[in-house]
Amino acid sequence: MPLVETGTPSPAPYVRVADDEALPDGAVIVSAERLLAESESLRVRNGDLGVLWPNDRDVAELEPFLPRLNLVALDFPKYRDGRAFSQARLLRERYGFKGQLRATGNVLRDQLLMMSRSGFDAYEIDKDADAAAFSEALKSYSVFYQPTGDGRPTIRGLRAALRGKEKA
Amino acid sequence: MYVYDEFDRSFLQERVVEFRDQVARRLSGELTEDEFKPLRLMNGVYLQLHAYMLRVCIPYGTLSAPQLRALAHVARRYDRNYGHFTTRQNIQFNWIKLEELPDAMADLAKAGLHGIQTSGNCIRNTTTDPWAGATPEELEDPRIYAEVIRQWSTNHPEFTYLPRKFKIAITGAQRDRAAVRVHDVGLRLHKRDGEIGFEVMVGGGLGRTPYIGKTIREFLPKEHLLSYLEAILRTYNLGGRRDNIYKARIKIQVHEMGAEEFSRRVEREWEETRDGALKLDDETMADIRSRFITPDFEKLPDNPLELTIEQDPAFLRWKANSIVPHKEPGHAILTISLKPVGAPPGDATADQMDAIADLAERYGYGEIRVSHEQNLILPHVRQKDLPTLWRALDALGVATPNVGLVTDIISCPGLDYCALANTRSIPVAQRISERFSDLERQKEIGLLHLNISGCINACGHHHVGHIGLLGVEKKDEEFFQITLGGKGNSKARLGSLIGPAVAESEVVDVVERLVDTYLALRTSPQESFIAAVERLGIDPFKESAYAPR
Repeated sequence: MPLVETGTPSPAPYVRVADDEALPDGAVIVSAERLLAESESLRVRNGDLGVLWPNDRDVAELEPFLPRLNLVALDFPKYRDGRAFSQARLLRERYGFKGQLRATGNVLRDQLLMMSRSGFDAYEIDKDADAAAFSEALKSYSVFYQPTGDGRPTIRGLRAALRGKEKA
Repeated sequence: MYVYDEFDRSFLQERVVEFRDQVARRLSGELTEDEFKPLRLMNGVYLQLHAYMLRVCIPYGTLSAPQLRALAHVARRYDRNYGHFTTRQNIQFNWIKLEELPDAMADLAKAGLHGIQTSGNCIRNTTTDPWAGATPEELEDPRIYAEVIRQWSTNHPEFTYLPRKFKIAITGAQRDRAAVRVHDVGLRLHKRDGEIGFEVMVGGGLGRTPYIGKTIREFLPKEHLLSYLEAILRTYNLGGRRDNIYKARIKIQVHEMGAEEFSRRVEREWEETRDGALKLDDETMADIRSRFITPDFEKLPDNPLELTIEQDPAFLRWKANSIVPHKEPGHAILTISLKPVGAPPGDATADQMDAIADLAERYGYGEIRVSHEQNLILPHVRQKDLPTLWRALDALGVATPNVGLVTDIISCPGLDYCALANTRSIPVAQRISERFSDLERQKEIGLLHLNISGCINACGHHHVGHIGLLGVEKKDEEFFQITLGGKGNSKARLGSLIGPAVAESEVVDVVERLVDTYLALRTSPQESFIAAVERLGIDPFKESAYAPR
């Protein structure tokens, strides 16, 4: 499954570790349960730490762990299940998470731009062809109506700038 | 009439390009039908019983004359010369080929039209009062806010894969003509302490599990409209059920959680964002308002000689039925009935659409509306032109004086088109329309909303019909359940089932007996059908409906 990263690339590939497996050295992704149960030992462990957070669990619970987390992976169990779009915006815009926000699961080309707008900066993409078309997919729109935390200019802002120019 | 600017146009062009690419990937097999489905749905493309159907969005039911001509063009070029106006103020074309869809969309886009978010589990077209901006009983024009919502909800990155579809309606008038209490979110403009704001209702809807929406906030200051909607949508996106398609609408979430708890969660979410980037400042509102073209109304007297001199009884009958007062002297709001006797409700041919566009330009400041009742409206006509207009409309076959009467039937497309339907609702509508075709008799009966749904999904809104018919299948035969006393207005109420379903072959007779019972029992011609049902209850109607003959 191809991984596309648009933010700071991971120093080394993350390894997903099952709950009953011992933690290897290096960058790991653990489950939400393990993060909560072993928070103390995980906090002091060397190596990058990520969590796979399910889409039916409140991301507010993650808040105290965010300073220690290098990565949060949010799940799209089916591409039609859009809960992680809201979770991503909350993590970025409300809780100020700065690490990698990775989309995982049934990630398809036609949702990539919306994921990016919601705050994702890494994508485990289902199909090779979709991954190859990544930059094209992100360019499918140049104008956006709603403000999110992604920094892209909104139509409202562009209109206001235009009015400013007219006045000047 | 909102006029697109360069940003709106860029967005629409990019959407057309994106959809063309998606169709190409579907045709090449790169996209599976399962993957393609939500993408085509969000562009208004359904796969029906016999062909693809394209539902074109008519934002808050407002069309310009060139836009109506563009719809006529699509009907002629890509379909079978007609289109079907829907209860959500949109239009459907029933016979489009998938390969031709991108071209049809490109043609529509030239007129600023599209099928975006007319289907799929996203925020749908916001509907409103078809008399908006024309009726004297309006607090403020709701279309301005509907447009604000259109922009915010278009391709919203967070809310495009919701648990289920999401419909918003808004009214700014005393009388609710937008059925706001039976929408996922209903908004009602009202005044408190000299300030205008919104009453916010959530969780209304028809379908298999009908609910009347609950008010979760009595008064929302206008500048917070979008942040509040975003808080509602986020609460729904994260918490709405996804385990069962029939329990996935927000009404179920509100019902299961209780309106108070739902409201508390929305308020808590909203407190975090209320003063953020979504707040509507005066400048933004002024900018959107400035792109609405308001007609430059002529200064004219009421009841001019040109109008009063016309004494043709057919004209007088039509005028009494199809015309209502306008806020500007010398003007009127005209309803064009798309319910001629014996025809499918809400259909218009390409030639009719072209001709109505011409008439709107000549006599109606170029504006056309689509009503929730599946009729067209010319919101701004000069009273002095009414006799001429009537002759022209009559020649087109769209001057039946039956607006609001028993043959002004709302019906879903039913089994003639729809893959979900159990029954053929259109032929029943046609036969009822024929049975009551006598115009004198219809007038005698007076106001009566008759709604027909071909299945439990309730697209014909039978729950809120004064008489509601719901098609059900029993042992491969078509039957209809009958409800009485439903209302879709500000005092919205669901109709009561009167008894066992009746066979399709009997349903017209039963409707007639219900109407005759009303005529026999009403206290005076001033007591409407619905008022009589409210006074008498359903028992006398039930008795006559099932009386052995």
